[in-house]
Amino acid sequence: MAAETAVGIAAPRARLALLLLLAPALVWLVGLIVLPHLELAVLSLRARVAPRVYELSLGQYRTFIDEPLYWHTFVRTAGISILATVCTLLIAFPAAWYIAKLARGRARSVLFVLCLIPFWVSETVRTLGWMILLRESGVLPRVLVDLGITPAPIEMLYHDATILAGLVYTSLLFMVVPLVSALESLDDSLIEAAYDLGGTGWSILRQIVVPHAAPGIAAGSIVVFMLTLGNYLTPTLLGGKNSLWFTEQIYTQFITRFNWEQGAAFGFLLLVLSTAIVWLGLKLTGQHFGDVMRRS
Amino acid sequence: MQQDLEVERVTKRYGIQTAVDALSLSVAHGSFFSILGPSGCGKTTLLRIVAGFLVPDDGDVWIGGRSMRGVAPNRRPVNMVFQHLALFPMMTVGENVGYGLARRGAARAEIAGRVDAMLKRVGLPGAQDKRVDQLSGGQRQRVAIARSLVLEPALLLLDEPLGALDLKLREHMKIELKQLQADFGTTFVYITHDQSEALVLSDHVAVMNAGRFEQVGTPQELYYQPRTPFVAGFVGANNRVAGRAVRIDGDGVELATADGLAVRARMSGTIAAGDAVEAFVRPEVVHLAREAAELPSLAQRFSGRVESLLFDGANSAVLVREERTHAEIRIALPQTGRFADLEVREKVAFGFEPQRAVCFRAGSHGS
Repeated sequence: MAAETAVGIAAPRARLALLLLLAPALVWLVGLIVLPHLELAVLSLRARVAPRVYELSLGQYRTFIDEPLYWHTFVRTAGISILATVCTLLIAFPAAWYIAKLARGRARSVLFVLCLIPFWVSETVRTLGWMILLRESGVLPRVLVDLGITPAPIEMLYHDATILAGLVYTSLLFMVVPLVSALESLDDSLIEAAYDLGGTGWSILRQIVVPHAAPGIAAGSIVVFMLTLGNYLTPTLLGGKNSLWFTEQIYTQFITRFNWEQGAAFGFLLLVLSTAIVWLGLKLTGQHFGDVMRRS
Repeated sequence: MQQDLEVERVTKRYGIQTAVDALSLSVAHGSFFSILGPSGCGKTTLLRIVAGFLVPDDGDVWIGGRSMRGVAPNRRPVNMVFQHLALFPMMTVGENVGYGLARRGAARAEIAGRVDAMLKRVGLPGAQDKRVDQLSGGQRQRVAIARSLVLEPALLLLDEPLGALDLKLREHMKIELKQLQADFGTTFVYITHDQSEALVLSDHVAVMNAGRFEQVGTPQELYYQPRTPFVAGFVGANNRVAGRAVRIDGDGVELATADGLAVRARMSGTIAAGDAVEAFVRPEVVHLAREAAELPSLAQRFSGRVESLLFDGANSAVLVREERTHAEIRIALPQTGRFADLEVREKVAFGFEPQRAVCFRAGSHGS
C-alpha cells in the first residue's frame, strides 16, 4: 500500500523532471528552428502590393525559375557540393582506415588530434590563411616562381578548384570521425577470411569493407554535404565575387536588396534541394536514414 | 603415404619471446591432426604461419609437396575456419559459400550448382537465401566449413572453432566435425586448448607447450604413455606426486615426498636415485575400498579419509586425504554403485599398481 502511494507520487514528479530536462532541447528545436522556418514559409509566399499590404503569391518562386542566374547558381552549388563530398570521402577513407586499423595506442590519438587541430582556429582565420597562401602575391605562387615552374606569379584564388579545396579541408574531420567508428567495428578476421578464400585487396574493399562501412560513409557524406551546401564563408572568400554560391544569393536578397520575401523563398528552395539530394543518395545506395543516423 | 602438410624447423619470434621454436611436424593425407596446448603456447602463431598470415623467421612450410615460401594466403591451397567463424554478415549463406568460387572466376551457374551441392552435404539444403544472423550457432559452423571445403583445399585449418559455443552444442558439434572430416576425407589441422576435443576428434595430437611440441602421438598414446610431465598433467585428469627418487628397481622407481609418503611407479626416461621426480597417477587407476583386504594383491596400499565427494554422473570422483601425510588424491568412483553411500570423513583404503603410474625426472621436456 505504502509502496503504491510512493509510486503514485513519484510518477508525476518523474514526468516533470523529464520535461525540465528536455526543456532546453525543446526550446531550441521549436524556438530556433521550427518557428523561424514557419515565418520564412509565410514570408516566401507573400507579395507586397502596396505599403504594408501583402497578398498570397508564388511570385518569388516564379522569379527563381524565370531568372537563369538564380537556378544556374542553384545547380552549380549542388554540383560542387556533391563533388566536394566525394573528394572528402576519397581523401578521408585511407586516413580513417589507417587510424582505425593500423595505428595503435598513442599514434592513434595523435592522429585524431591532428585531424581536430584545424578546428581550434576559427573558420574565418583558417580561410584567410588559405588566402595568404594562394593569392597572387602569396606564398605558393612565389614558391612556384622560385622553383621555375611558372614564369610569373599566378593568381590561385577565385577558381572553382580553390573553392573545392577549401570546402574539402573544412569538411574532412566530419567525414573521418564516422568512418573511423564504422571501420573500427569491422572484425579483422572478416578481412583475413576473405583473403584466405582468395579475395584480393580491391575485391575485399568492394565486397566486405565498403558494405560494412556503408552507414558510416552515408552518415559522413550527409554531414559533409549539408555543411558544404550551407557554407557561406569559404566559397565567398576563396571564390570571390564570381563564386556564385547559392547561400550568397540568399545573403544578397536579405541584406543587400532587403528583399526578405525573395530571400525566404531561396532559403526554402535550398532546404528542399538538400533534402532531395540526401534522399536520392540514400535511395541510390540502399541505405536507411535511421541506420545512418545511429552511426553518425 | 603422402604428407599434406610438412613444417620444417619453423621459428617465429616476437621481440625476445620465441612463440614457435624450431618446430617440425608432418600431417598425413586425409587425417585429422590436432595441436593441443594452453593459451599462449604458440599454437595460433603456428596455424597462422601455415595459413600464410605470418611469415616465419626461419624454416619452411610445405603443403601438398610444394614450398609455401613467398606464397600469399589467397594463393595457398589452404583454407581456414576462424575462431569466431568470420562469416560475412553482409552476404547471404549462398554468397558466403560461393565467395571463394566467385573469386576464382567460376561461372555463375557453376557456383550456384556447387553451393547447392555443398549445402546439401553439410545438412543445410536450400539455405542459400538465408541471412547469416538467421542461423543457429551449429548451422553457422557448418556454413563456415562449407565455405572452405567448397574450394577443395588440400588442408583445412580450424582455429578453435568450437570455443564460442555452449557446452551442449560443443559436444554435438564435436561429433559432427568428425563425421564431416570422415565424409570429405580432407586433411584437418585443428587447434584447441580443450583436451577432450583433441582426444575425441583426432587421429594424431601434438601437445604444444612454450613454442615446442612435448609429444606427438595418437590420443591413446598421449593418455596412456605420456612422455613428459607436461603431457601427463595436461591430457586428462591426473594426480601429481612430487618428491625424490629413493630407489631404482628395473623400470620401477620408489619416490618419497617431502611429507614422507612413499610411492612406487613405472619409470619414464632416465632417473637416478636422488633425482627430483614427479609421478602421475590417473584417478581411474586408483582402487578404492572400505577395507584394505579388498584391494588387489599387486597394489601398494594406503589408507585415508574422504575429504569431499565430487558427483558428476559417470565422471564422479572423491578427494581422499592420506592418513599419515595428508596428501590429497583424486579417485574415480566405479560405476557399480558400490560407493553410492560413501560419506565425507569416512575412513577408506586405496591403492594402485605401480606399473599403472608413471614417474618422470622433474622438469623434463620433449625432444
